[in-house]
Amino acid sequence: MNAIANLSVSRRALLQSTGALIVMAGVPAGTAALAQGAAAAAGKKPALLPTELDSWIAVGRDGKVTAFFGKMDMGQGVDVAIAQIVAEELDVPADRVDVVMGDTARTCNQGGASGSTGVEEGGLALRNAAAEARRLLVEQAAQKLKVTADKLTVADGVISVAGEPAKKVSYAQLVGGHYFDSKLEWNGKYGNPLLVTGQAKPKPHDQYKVVGKSQPRRDIAGKVFAKTDYVTDVKVPNMLHGRMIRPAVAGAVPVSVDEPSIRGIKGARVLRKGDVIGVVAEREWDAIRAAQQLKVQWSDAKPPFPDQKDLYNHIRQAPVTKRETAKETGNVDTVWSNAAKVVEAEYEWPFQSHASMGPACAIVDARADHATCWTGSQKPHYVGEGVAKILGLPADKVHAIWIPGPGSYGRNDAGDAAMDAAVLSQLAGRPVRVQGMRYEGHGWDPKGPASVHRARAALDAQGNVIAYEYISKGFSRVDVNSNESNPKDTLAGQLLGAQIKPDWGFGFPAESYAFPNKRVAWETIAPLLDKASPLRTAHMRDPVGPQIHFGSESFIDELAVATGSDPVEFRLKHLQDPRDIAVVKAAAERAGWKPGPAGTVRRGGSGDIATGRGMAFVQRGHTVVAVIADVEVNKRTGEVRAPHFVVAHDCGVVINPETLHRVIEGNVVQGTSRALSEEVTFDRNNVTSVDWLGYQILDIKDTPQSVDIVLVNRPEMMPLGAGEPSTRPIAAAIANAIYDAIGVRVRRAPFTPDRVKAAIQA
Amino acid sequence: MASAKTARFKLNVNGREHAVTADPDMPLLYALRDNLGLNNPHFGCGLAQCGACTVHLDGEPVRSCSTPLSAVGDAKITTLAGLGTPEKPHPLQTAYVDEQVPQCGYCINGWIMTAAAFLKRTKNPSEEQIKDALSGLKCRCGTHMSILRAVKRAAKAMA
Repeated sequence: MNAIANLSVSRRALLQSTGALIVMAGVPAGTAALAQGAAAAAGKKPALLPTELDSWIAVGRDGKVTAFFGKMDMGQGVDVAIAQIVAEELDVPADRVDVVMGDTARTCNQGGASGSTGVEEGGLALRNAAAEARRLLVEQAAQKLKVTADKLTVADGVISVAGEPAKKVSYAQLVGGHYFDSKLEWNGKYGNPLLVTGQAKPKPHDQYKVVGKSQPRRDIAGKVFAKTDYVTDVKVPNMLHGRMIRPAVAGAVPVSVDEPSIRGIKGARVLRKGDVIGVVAEREWDAIRAAQQLKVQWSDAKPPFPDQKDLYNHIRQAPVTKRETAKETGNVDTVWSNAAKVVEAEYEWPFQSHASMGPACAIVDARADHATCWTGSQKPHYVGEGVAKILGLPADKVHAIWIPGPGSYGRNDAGDAAMDAAVLSQLAGRPVRVQGMRYEGHGWDPKGPASVHRARAALDAQGNVIAYEYISKGFSRVDVNSNESNPKDTLAGQLLGAQIKPDWGFGFPAESYAFPNKRVAWETIAPLLDKASPLRTAHMRDPVGPQIHFGSESFIDELAVATGSDPVEFRLKHLQDPRDIAVVKAAAERAGWKPGPAGTVRRGGSGDIATGRGMAFVQRGHTVVAVIADVEVNKRTGEVRAPHFVVAHDCGVVINPETLHRVIEGNVVQGTSRALSEEVTFDRNNVTSVDWLGYQILDIKDTPQSVDIVLVNRPEMMPLGAGEPSTRPIAAAIANAIYDAIGVRVRRAPFTPDRVKAAIQA
Repeated sequence: MASAKTARFKLNVNGREHAVTADPDMPLLYALRDNLGLNNPHFGCGLAQCGACTVHLDGEPVRSCSTPLSAVGDAKITTLAGLGTPEKPHPLQTAYVDEQVPQCGYCINGWIMTAAAFLKRTKNPSEEQIKDALSGLKCRCGTHMSILRAVKRAAKAMA
């Protein structure tokens, strides 16, 4: 019941009896929040620059600490980990640290939620800042208590003379309500790599008291009791409701708009700038009806997409826009002709959708010389920059405020909603709230890219792998950038004629397998439609990780089969990094892995049901994960279930074990969903999987029954990313388990019943 | 014209009477969110496919995004906020906090409101019964395992 009791009273005080967040006219947004915290302080706050300690840490009159975090939590508990890290350095209990996130007026741009770096990179800055704050506090205490600093100890925010506990002074007494006014060294970078350092040395890990102990999440009770406002709940005085109008044929632009077609809807009107069209109304339902009823004549656009059945051939045949090769070992090309055996395979991965629970929403109040934006985007600092550009305002004249959105796994539709709202607000001269409809959430969000992965390996007469090649070819991971700082990377910006410049990027398998000759490379191809495309690609939870490692870890399994090896043994034989080896061993041990080649000792089942086990191993950044999946395959229907997983996970020092468990569980479930069910469908004109019937995700009936997690804790290491890594090995682990169960290799995701059945019958 | 088509409705929401003048075809969701200014339930799909908009009408879960105002009648409407409060939580809310269920939490109405009605009529349900009752609801973050643990925990508390 603790967390219920902890439901922030100050937060509740902000809420009207209706539960909705009311932003008062005339009060700059964020001011209300300033008043709530322990950090309300006297004096003038130094400018919000990374070089100011006050940009990171505040101590309130009541001794409560506020940490200002320039990333944000998407429901994985990153804020709690940050509170723990700060509490540890300051020697206060974790629950005495509030974490402010995602307000561009209160936090430095640390890159937002991005690439599982919340703790790994974001936490580093906070850790250094907190250590520096402690050093300064101890220094001040030494003067006050007239002893040298080395005689002092700190406990629960009280500094006392060792052995003389009566001689003491608290943080609150020293600095409470005032600013440190002290400098940090800054590496000059914004975004993920932003780093600040002070003179203080952070605490050695063997003195940790708070880091490593489970702490409850802080957002749960608010969500469970409907006290939490999402971005969809923000209401601004004089606000209009808006909806965007999208074409049936992707790429078509409006030729004419029949404004009288919505004349019957009270207060509804059309707003248009260039090819951006929206409708607004005083009431949300009226805006929705207007969007449904508005008649627009669209240009006669050529259907932009191939038949879906030709997607993978298109990828194979399309000209390569960029190729990158990772460091090559030996000379792969000379080996094929000497090989006793060549093993080859290709793997295919479809477009996938963020399909967030709610379509994105944003509210923008665009004024002549400044603007405010409420956004659910996980990168509000960049949203602010993008809104400024699309409105023609200086960047520092836009205040972006992150409010939790309806699900976020990367660059989803949130960034587009902010730009749409900005355009409509400027046209309307009033604040505008835009929320998408379901078809936009599924149909018009940026997609995870489709790809083909070609693998081949040469074996010598003794069955040794003497050459290995793995080449991914697909749509770029960044047709639009992973943030929204430039209008060119948003639908509205592209429709307003921004110069479009896709970035070309994909990725390499992340592992440490040693083969005497080894080449891994990637190739990108051009988008199917270069402007305002519903199939434009961007980062989606573990960008390109699931597709690359579905192929690479399936192929490692195929090599184990080709050499008659046990899949775990084969990996252990070729992996080089001791941490890689340790997680593979940990997973195998926890799972009670019976050694033997695939299709032998681990296969089971009866009747139509065949069971098997598969392993996959991956790195992501410096985090390493090994997964063992158990599957049940219905040989008659092709239906696959993955009821049990074992995950061994090494992300350095573990900050918050219980929350980490749930993060991993979520990744396993989402990864299973993407492996078994998820595929964006399209016809020649547009995306056709525009709702939950068309885009199937895992149902609770098919949810894994157990995910047994081994946390390989490394207290001597820095904390590493955990938000995404366990997503990427899931598809391969399941595919390898399917092979173990029925001796059939599935090389195209998702593994739907039809596809598995066809593979069985082939 | 369509704008003339409005009617006055009395809505009993979480024990309080409200009057709403609106299009009878308008889904209940917009009366709750827009006319009454509640922050909950949520718009998820508008198609009765996900559950994010679920409320109780006389104790039975309905998808408010697809329930026209004209169909509400004098049924008592209960939202998640009316199901329980931090001071007097419903066992499912307690279990959700204890099991630390949600990630983004936007799906929460569907699961809790559906499970609350189910647990009221089904004591000591089996895991299969729970899954059957909740099948079709969406959670995009993948918290299904925590949801199951929480519903089982609440079922015990309510047995």
